[in-house]
Amino acid sequence: MPIQYYIALAVTLFSIGVVGVLIRRNAIIVFMCIELMLNAANLLLVAFSKTHPATAAAPMAGIDGQLFVFFVMVVAAAEVSVGLAIIVMLYRNTHSVDVDFLNRLKN
Amino acid sequence: MGITAIVFWILCALTLFSAIMVLVSKNPVHSVLWLVATFFSISGHYIMLNAQFLAIVNIIVYAGAIMVLFLFVIMLMNLNTRTELKKNLWMKLAGVISGGMLLWILISVVRTYSEQTKAHPVIAATNTGHIGLIKNLGQVLFTQYALPFELCSVLFLSAMVGAVVIGKKN
Repeated sequence: MPIQYYIALAVTLFSIGVVGVLIRRNAIIVFMCIELMLNAANLLLVAFSKTHPATAAAPMAGIDGQLFVFFVMVVAAAEVSVGLAIIVMLYRNTHSVDVDFLNRLKN
Repeated sequence: MGITAIVFWILCALTLFSAIMVLVSKNPVHSVLWLVATFFSISGHYIMLNAQFLAIVNIIVYAGAIMVLFLFVIMLMNLNTRTELKKNLWMKLAGVISGGMLLWILISVVRTYSEQTKAHPVIAATNTGHIGLIKNLGQVLFTQYALPFELCSVLFLSAMVGAVVIGKKN
């Protein structure tokens, strides 16, 4: 597969995530759209890691990209656990997860 | 058009359709389920690129753990029946237009790149290669990337402590 098909798919997925962050007001769905954007970047990293043909001098060419995807998944898991804890705390205080109600830092 | 191209286009359509359904679903539980479908089709792309370890980890970590966490929070807050209150149509229109302009710019960059490399296209090799197998990834992860791997455990510990501290009733 030519790499530009994967790039086009990943940027479309990323733009869908951006639109979701902009138009949805439920904080949980905004979080899910951030996960979509992270997955678009992951897909692009994996696709680019396969553009290096293995040679005798470098049999593991491109393996760094796949390890970076692994680390992105680790960071995403940590981010989701803290973010959902913040959303639960906000819901306990305001009884809403609408991001328009959360525009003040005080009170 | 070989079998690989057919599978690729089917997976592309499935990915984009389920990603759009995440946005347009009214019920948050349906959004979560469509996001799980998106992750499964992205895992299909990984399998096609012979990145089998990442495909399995994507299913286990994302579709298994993270999405269950989302569903648990939605059930905990009892949000599965409530829809969003009032809708500001102009804000939605502005969001769609700005996202569409971002997509337009990025796609035109990809098209220019595609025309410039028409003589020597860069190919992402499908169904070949050994770098996605768990043996090779593990060897590199525990030798060259041992320090970042250990730092990840510290990150998880701090995230765990942070989640407990934030979620605790005061």
